[in-house]
Amino acid sequence: MTQASIPRKTLNLRQQEMRDGMWMLLPGILIIFIITLIPVLYTFVLSFTNTPLSNPRPQDFVGLANYLAFLKSQQFWQAIWRTFYFTVVSVGAELVLGLAIASLIHSRPPGWKFLRTSLIIPWAVPTIVNGALWRWIYNADYGALNGLLMSLGLITKYRAWLTEPATAMNLVIIADIWHSLPFVVLILQAALATIPVEMEAAAAVDGATAWQRFWLIRIPLLQPAILVALIIRTVEAFRVFDIIYVITQGGPAFGTVTISYLTYLESFSYGHLGSGSAMSFLISLFTLAMALIYIRLFYRPEVRA
Amino acid sequence: MKRYRKTLQTAGKLFLMLLILLFIYAPLAWLLLSSVSTRADLLATPPRWIPEHPTLQNYRNILIPGTAVSEVARTFKYTLANSFLVATVTTVICLFVGSLAAYALARLRMKYRDAIFMGILSVRMIPEISLVIPLYVAAAFLGWRDKPIILIVTYLSFALPFAIWMLTTFFETVPIELEDAALIDGSSRLGTLFRVVLPVAAPGIVSTALFTFLLAWDEFFFALLFTSTIQAKTVPVAIAEFTGRYAVDITAMMTGGVLAALPPVILALIFQRYIVSGLSAGAVKG
Repeated sequence: MTQASIPRKTLNLRQQEMRDGMWMLLPGILIIFIITLIPVLYTFVLSFTNTPLSNPRPQDFVGLANYLAFLKSQQFWQAIWRTFYFTVVSVGAELVLGLAIASLIHSRPPGWKFLRTSLIIPWAVPTIVNGALWRWIYNADYGALNGLLMSLGLITKYRAWLTEPATAMNLVIIADIWHSLPFVVLILQAALATIPVEMEAAAAVDGATAWQRFWLIRIPLLQPAILVALIIRTVEAFRVFDIIYVITQGGPAFGTVTISYLTYLESFSYGHLGSGSAMSFLISLFTLAMALIYIRLFYRPEVRA
Repeated sequence: MKRYRKTLQTAGKLFLMLLILLFIYAPLAWLLLSSVSTRADLLATPPRWIPEHPTLQNYRNILIPGTAVSEVARTFKYTLANSFLVATVTTVICLFVGSLAAYALARLRMKYRDAIFMGILSVRMIPEISLVIPLYVAAAFLGWRDKPIILIVTYLSFALPFAIWMLTTFFETVPIELEDAALIDGSSRLGTLFRVVLPVAAPGIVSTALFTFLLAWDEFFFALLFTSTIQAKTVPVAIAEFTGRYAVDITAMMTGGVLAALPPVILALIFQRYIVSGLSAGAVKG
């Protein structure tokens, strides 16, 4: 799309173009610099201290102590494990179901437009409303889940769904899928629409089965879209906080405390800004790694997507 | 035989669609029904799916509050106003600052252009939790806690990189000949941007505005930490507050939930085609 190779203007104009460009970029870059890069660096500095929340000037430097403490902290590794579990299960389910539903929409059954429009609704519902809604569905005494399972005869007495850690985690994942699956479907569905119909038709004429067409033509052509969805959803799932805050508040027995939630507790409930900063810096590093993968895959300088 | 198979296939697809639609709409229906139920109806066991005494009282309690309702319910409409204010101002700033930056990135030949663009892409992915501690300290230092401005400023941290990136991809699709003609006719760079590029890229602008507004409307974490009263509290915080540790005001929470969900859902449905095109451009809501 760019015109880099064709010299359109004289050198003088080109210098002017540079200068104009810098002025136009300046406000945006300045804002981003002040509200994101400086905080990340400040967090990095704080992570080598034992600064309390009550007096948040960097103080009491302890070197790598905060990071080393994580190595021995069971709470930390459990939070990492839960984050990992949450991310793999919810993103995995979203990709598999997303691919299936996108294919279903792509085959244009009667009513596919209605389905596509319907998918936009859960996506647009604010995350907190989504959390509040599912919390009410899972309610032990009056919730819809108990009511439904009871009237179907699947349970004989009401269960307190959110009192057992592993169950609570899985139920949070279901709530997250309700909200995020539509996003994956819409992305994959939009990508599917760009695949030329002739390819699969030609393969069919040549005797490829539907299964072969799916794996050998559709999946490879969809690969960029699948990767976009995968990376973006992984970054999002890794930072999950809002929905956990509303549904379980990290409970029961810390059973749904993910790494973001632990960072929040450490910094703002226990007031340990130092070790909270260390955790949040680790999260930045992970995110940066994901961003680099994303960029390497899609934004090679010569061909920008 | 073939025809029979085809019918069977369609029937199978319709069945699958029905299941998906059920998964989408059943929770929504429960949300709506809960919001028009009386407390007594809601607390019935087994649940009454259709309330015996449907009522709009819950909406009245929130929108025209009497005295009988809780503090959170009484102040809910102020949080709606705060959310509108914060999301709108954030969106306007993002469009203005973002258009300038995106135009430079999409059109002008500059050193480090790719490095800057990728930097913006990476910043877009930084989670709020990684920024919140210094921003918290800065907010206290500036005396901005519990004021809408702290939310507007901090929301720019995710909304602005997002808007710049999305606008850049849209501007790249505007035919360059149009601008060349304007520039040759003596139009300034800014004049060209506002009179030629923006009108042609209008669908992209609408799309970006919509996504930015939804991002800001949805934000919870900064609002939770930076606001505490109706001065600046936003809707998601108010809804989270309905779930106190001991008492959960279910009817108010569900009614608030409907009111909070309506603006983004209505916008998203009206501008549906912009969402699909925004997503095709790889755009993403957080």
